[in-house]
Amino acid sequence: MVLQVEDLHTSFFTKMGEVKAVDGISFHVRERETFGIVGESGCGKSVTGLSIMRLLPEPSGQIVSGKIILEGKNLVELSKKHMRAYRGKVVSMILQDPMTSLNPVYTIGDQVGEAVRMHQDLPENMVEAEVIDVLRLLRIPAPEVRLKEYPFQLSGGMKQRVVGAIAMSCRPRLLIADEPTTALDATIQAQYIALFEDIQEKTNVAIIFITHDFGVVARICDRVGVMYAGKIIETAPTRDIFKNPKHPYTIALIKSVPQLDKKDDRLFSIEGQPPSMMNLPKGCRFCPRCHVALDICKEQEPPEVKISENRSVSCWRVK
Amino acid sequence: MASKILLEAKDIVKHYPVTRGLLQRTVGWVRALDGVSFSVEHGKSLSIVGESGAGKTTIARQILLLEKLTSGSIFFEGQDLNKMTPAEIKAVYRPKVHYVQQNPWSSMNPRMRVRDVVGEPLFVNTKQSKKKVYEEVGTLLEQVGIGAEGMNRYPHEFSGGQRQRIAVARALALNPSLLVLDEPVSALDVSIRAQIMNLFKDLQDKFNLAFIVIAHNLATVRYMSHTVAIMYLGQLVEYGDSEALFEHPLHPYTRALISASQLTLPEDSEGKAKQIILTGEMPSPLNPPPGCRFHTRCSEASDKCSRDVPEMHKIGKQQVKCHHYD
Amino acid sequence: MLSTLPTAKTKTKKQYRGVTRVTRVIQKLAFWVPLIIMIAMIILAIFANFIAPHDPNLPKITDRYTPPVFMEGGKSEYLLGTDQIGRDILSRLIYGARVSLSVSLLVILITAAIGTMLGIAAGYSGGRADAIIMRVVDMALSFPGLLLAMLLAVAIGPGFTTVVLALSILGWAGYARMIRGEALRISQSDFVAQARVNGASGWRIMTRHIFPNIINSLIVLMTLQVGMMILAEAGLSYLGLGITVPTPSWGAMVSDGRANLDNAWWISLFPGVCIGLVVLSGNFLGDWIRDKLDPRLRQL
Repeated sequence: MVLQVEDLHTSFFTKMGEVKAVDGISFHVRERETFGIVGESGCGKSVTGLSIMRLLPEPSGQIVSGKIILEGKNLVELSKKHMRAYRGKVVSMILQDPMTSLNPVYTIGDQVGEAVRMHQDLPENMVEAEVIDVLRLLRIPAPEVRLKEYPFQLSGGMKQRVVGAIAMSCRPRLLIADEPTTALDATIQAQYIALFEDIQEKTNVAIIFITHDFGVVARICDRVGVMYAGKIIETAPTRDIFKNPKHPYTIALIKSVPQLDKKDDRLFSIEGQPPSMMNLPKGCRFCPRCHVALDICKEQEPPEVKISENRSVSCWRVK
Repeated sequence: MASKILLEAKDIVKHYPVTRGLLQRTVGWVRALDGVSFSVEHGKSLSIVGESGAGKTTIARQILLLEKLTSGSIFFEGQDLNKMTPAEIKAVYRPKVHYVQQNPWSSMNPRMRVRDVVGEPLFVNTKQSKKKVYEEVGTLLEQVGIGAEGMNRYPHEFSGGQRQRIAVARALALNPSLLVLDEPVSALDVSIRAQIMNLFKDLQDKFNLAFIVIAHNLATVRYMSHTVAIMYLGQLVEYGDSEALFEHPLHPYTRALISASQLTLPEDSEGKAKQIILTGEMPSPLNPPPGCRFHTRCSEASDKCSRDVPEMHKIGKQQVKCHHYD
Repeated sequence: MLSTLPTAKTKTKKQYRGVTRVTRVIQKLAFWVPLIIMIAMIILAIFANFIAPHDPNLPKITDRYTPPVFMEGGKSEYLLGTDQIGRDILSRLIYGARVSLSVSLLVILITAAIGTMLGIAAGYSGGRADAIIMRVVDMALSFPGLLLAMLLAVAIGPGFTTVVLALSILGWAGYARMIRGEALRISQSDFVAQARVNGASGWRIMTRHIFPNIINSLIVLMTLQVGMMILAEAGLSYLGLGITVPTPSWGAMVSDGRANLDNAWWISLFPGVCIGLVVLSGNFLGDWIRDKLDPRLRQL
């Protein structure tokens, strides 16, 4: 077990009150496993990633309670200084937009080299070899040449690989990727996903893949947690999520994604909007949009039910 | 038959100059569009698909007359737009063609209330009183599922999906016959996309609207369109009936795109093996490769492909630009 | 271990609430204090002849260098002391508000109006119009303002009009340059493309779409200019190109007292404080107006 998150609560304290962006979620990621967190914007998936990195915008964003156990250490209890040493070395992160993740005035070699120097005690003459090694891991062609180039000389796909190289520079145990493929084109996306699998094979890194795109989930994730309004409402192996989803939200979401090999005349659509995080419904959060809601759904939040070794669902309909 | 065609583009070309230095000397051209032809019929949809930089949005900007074509012509109901005067364009063309943009957060003036955002086409093009316009705005908002009471609020008070509905209401204000939809759902949440796509379909049936949909997601395109155009680096590589094209993609690039959009599950090793992963990225439109523009990434390319420019071949309901069909 | 966490929770919450209460009070003060200062200054300027205790231009040599009343040797009839020739500082400040405020407000209104119009026109239309306007802006920015003021002073004589003209003829260029950049950015935005597709005229786009979206930057720039203009007027008056002696203006008063900073600091300090107060209040009020004009911020 590389990462174990237990009952994590993260809130933002704003002028208008407390927003419970992540409201009690638990999951784990094993070595060499890719765990997907899927959900719509505002469901708390990115906040989950930032909480693990302890990179919430302070002072408004705070971890209120819960445990984040990475390699046996509870990150919530680490001091800021300790956490800084962990970040990049044991856990690192790739953000969505490769264009803004790189500093335009430094060369690729400088930026990857900085990450290497920060956490590895290498003599200066070894740093460059290490940088080339990482660039090669990310399958960047001609790394010796790229070293001296600036971000503007690279294409979008290549920049995203450099961002990946920075994240992987110290061979972390856990990599959090927050929508890393969303800004990429379909054919480049396919390349990038294949690259992720390759890196995982070589380094055994555990990956948390945050996305809203079920197509990407199907391709890369081993297990998936579906988030809705700050909660994980269903966790299951990827195959089961697609073949046998249990929660009405998951079912509806998968039905509403248009698929290439099926031509329906009308798409199945979920009516209404996700609830405002300032003003959550009393019972189950999905209840107002749910077609199969029971009376109890309006009153009480459903508990998380473990239905098999790898599956759990929070729905009153699932026993 | 010819009368069914609403809008036709013939061999349109758009090159943007690249300038440098104090004197703005032109040092090269970005060949954003290089001889593209297509047509849309009344009440039907044409989808234009391609990766970023392929020239999709450039096409939209030409159809909406936001820029001037380098060469080629666009015909609307048989009339050449190049030959129309600005007054004719404003009176005849503008009211008939509208635009829904990708990003519902930037497509509305944040300082205007919804009633003025949706009412703008009416204020600009008709001489109705304010009261009349707002009445009409109410009806339009009802039509897209927002409710008339929303008109007194500001755009930022609505969610993304609602804002996209408001943008649709604005596009419908003058009873257009063609809507250009530039990635109309890709900025929206997954659970909202289906709602909006269904809304477009309903409106198409109700008002006999023609759509030009610009998209990168093939599954969306398949649901939305009757005809599909696949673009690569400023040119169409494949064009034709949607059903036929998805059943039997002819161009290697189309096949790669379809493969990249298919849902493959992790255990599905057979599907994974069949998956086509292109190498490299699209070359720069500043300096497109000679011969077939796709040959640098094509696994089936031969010498001829890097030398000769392929012709458009007509095969059944499809057209394809590839030497394999010579 | 879990038992320690709930306390952490309540603590952070409390801390946060405390912070918001303090910020709220500060926010209220940041609006009311500058507003009262501004209104007070304007009232002083308008009703100067009723409020001022003394004739501002009447020297009384026997009372010169009287320190303010709270200091040793101060007299109750001169609350803020007197200057080198025995004129009452308070009365001069009150009269000086007239000149200083009217010059700066007038110049700001004129330059902002011209600069905004030309800036929007340049940014929206682009091409040749843009190039021409921007070259004129470059010339205006590089032209020595002092030379112009001197030419004007020679041509029409020093005085109120000369100051306003001298500051306005070149002052619009800074606005034009900044507004042009904003207008250019907004012209390329999605909603302007929409307006064009809807058939909106250039005039409508400039007035309904571009102008409302540059008000923020415009107001910030205008409020920053309040102080600059008061000081510029002072400089010109000091050189004898502006308001003629003995009419008091704050800037002129500051420069008058420069030579006596070591023995009679109050001559320069009080007008300096007034300039500072007006500038600060202007900035605060500018921020407030900006927030009120923005529908997104208004509802927070």
